[in-house]
Amino acid sequence: MTTSDNRSRSLGWLALLTGTVAATTFGVVAILVNIFERKQEARTPFVRVVEVDEVSTDPKPWGLNFPQQYEDYLKTVDDEYTDYGGNHALPPSKLEEYPWLKRLFAGYAFSIEYREARGHAHMLADQEVTRRVTEVQQAGACLHCHASIIPTYRRIGMEQLGQEVTAAKLAESFNQEAVMAGFKAVSQRTYEEVHAELEKTPDGVVEAAAGDPHLGNAHPVSCIDCHDPKTMALRVTRPGFLIGIDKLAKSDDPVPHLPSIAKWRKAGSKGTYDPNTDATRQELRSFVCGQCHVEYYCANKMTLTFPWSNGLKVEDLEAEWDSTTFPSEEADEAGEPFYDYVHKETGTKVYKAQHPEFELWSQGIHARAGVSCADCHMPYEKVGATKVSSHWVRSPMANINKACQTCHKVSEQEIKDRVDLIQHRTSDLIDRAAAAVTEMFDAIIAAREAGASDEQLKPIRDLQRKAMWRLDFIASENSKGFHASQESARILAESIDYSRQAIAGCYQLAGDPAANSPKAEAEEKASQ
Amino acid sequence: MRFGKVAMTFFVCLGLLAGVGTFTFGYGKGASYLSNNPETCINCHVMQDHMDSWQQSSHHHVAVCNDCHLPHDFVGKWVTKADNGFFHSLAFTMGGYKDPIQIKPRNKRVTQSTCISCHKDFVHPLLPATAGHDMLSCAHCHADVGHAGR
Repeated sequence: MTTSDNRSRSLGWLALLTGTVAATTFGVVAILVNIFERKQEARTPFVRVVEVDEVSTDPKPWGLNFPQQYEDYLKTVDDEYTDYGGNHALPPSKLEEYPWLKRLFAGYAFSIEYREARGHAHMLADQEVTRRVTEVQQAGACLHCHASIIPTYRRIGMEQLGQEVTAAKLAESFNQEAVMAGFKAVSQRTYEEVHAELEKTPDGVVEAAAGDPHLGNAHPVSCIDCHDPKTMALRVTRPGFLIGIDKLAKSDDPVPHLPSIAKWRKAGSKGTYDPNTDATRQELRSFVCGQCHVEYYCANKMTLTFPWSNGLKVEDLEAEWDSTTFPSEEADEAGEPFYDYVHKETGTKVYKAQHPEFELWSQGIHARAGVSCADCHMPYEKVGATKVSSHWVRSPMANINKACQTCHKVSEQEIKDRVDLIQHRTSDLIDRAAAAVTEMFDAIIAAREAGASDEQLKPIRDLQRKAMWRLDFIASENSKGFHASQESARILAESIDYSRQAIAGCYQLAGDPAANSPKAEAEEKASQ
Repeated sequence: MRFGKVAMTFFVCLGLLAGVGTFTFGYGKGASYLSNNPETCINCHVMQDHMDSWQQSSHHHVAVCNDCHLPHDFVGKWVTKADNGFFHSLAFTMGGYKDPIQIKPRNKRVTQSTCISCHKDFVHPLLPATAGHDMLSCAHCHADVGHAGR
């Protein structure tokens, strides 16, 4: 062996060793940095780098302070599709999937277009383009929930109260008196008018050019709608909810799942129940959702109303609508009885359920166990070493591990199977209730054609209203019965019963309505 | 001495690696993994809840994490410690693990064996008559003894 061979072999070994040492060093430093970062993450939950205030409807500056929550919020533009709801560029049409909805909503804008809902960050844009808004004159009250509208209410309210309105004054404080005044002032104005007002309010980012009334951009619900910009504490901002929950506290509904209401009642029910001072943090984790995910009246005949003065059950809400009359033109006259729309096929004045998630959840086992909306729809998660509440608000079924398994120590598949069972059962009951409602429409149409008078039809119309209200209550609620499965089944059973009673009533009126219809009469004549 | 210089550089690098390595080991509290201290398990924060619930539990006077989660024989203990140590660090560094975390079947068997190891005199009549036969998991009903409220 020559010396040069030896040398090149040693050189080779040395190169290999150097490479190994380099790679190991690389790995060790990478681990070191990773450990360092994780330790840092655990140390500082957040760093306030910009100030946000009461006009910061644009979520971007909040995102600088809370990057993780903001990133999650932005993810609400791409929620996955579940068996019952979810996300698409153009979400599937419910009217095509469930043709009976078209007949249920005949005479109401939902019969024109009704699609699956998309995530929070889409909600304003989706509302602006839906044919319900572009083809039908809608009320500005719709923006109570679809837009980050509180600073606009405040601005209009301050103008009405004769207070000085500048961007700085608007940003100063929540000013509940002005917010309430503004809410009452715009509730009955048109959608377009209120939308234009929205853009005249500063949003904390867009600066106005001289002479331009456009001071900000319109945003869908964002950080400021649930959080106090000074303290980041959860808070309720929506006037509809503030008025509604006060009515509920003053009712005698037991609401065992809302302990602060019981406490407030025990202390003598003095003044107004204010969730922002009286409610527990855990209750607020549901109340902020209940600001919008509820039943309400939202059109231009009266101010936006949450019907909670009797309680939260389906018949409690119905009782409030039954006893409501629209404000009358003449001061000394009672107004017209409340209704949402005239059902076009039968001519009956009926109620439209919106999306009573808060009310149905209130009847369920999870509410009773103290589980809030956020516990399942915004579960806590660890990002690095930091614990945050996920702001990717979505179906728990898309996130079973974090949403359910914190409490339920069974496999993901078993949890999914249990939920599927409840939702399929509810869905099957909805189909039966829908079949009953449609047959009821046919029976009433036939009875009218056979000459039944409005007076004869009155008890039948009452049954029709009750049947439609109950079916719609569960069909339009966003959980397919999961939020309270027994309650959903009870409500759908009542719906089926009322539909069938109405059908029986029609038969009693006119004998066999099919035999008495003009068509049958004509056939009878022809055969004679 | 041409190789002398190269070799010197190499040994300097080796020294650097040893230094950085030792520092990282110390900074990452590496030595604690050889101990019995429950605080070790919350080095990476993931088990904080488990630590908290153990402190509330009926067993915290008599058993630490290792007493229930590592086999009681020498070889089994260190093999399990190495196995869990490696996969836990990997999971925490790379992310993407289940959270709430879930016990693996292997570790479930370990826990069952440690229950019996301490309580064998008491549960003797409940043990399977022939080796290898199934029995109920103790923690299925007694979930609170090690972690209260979980």
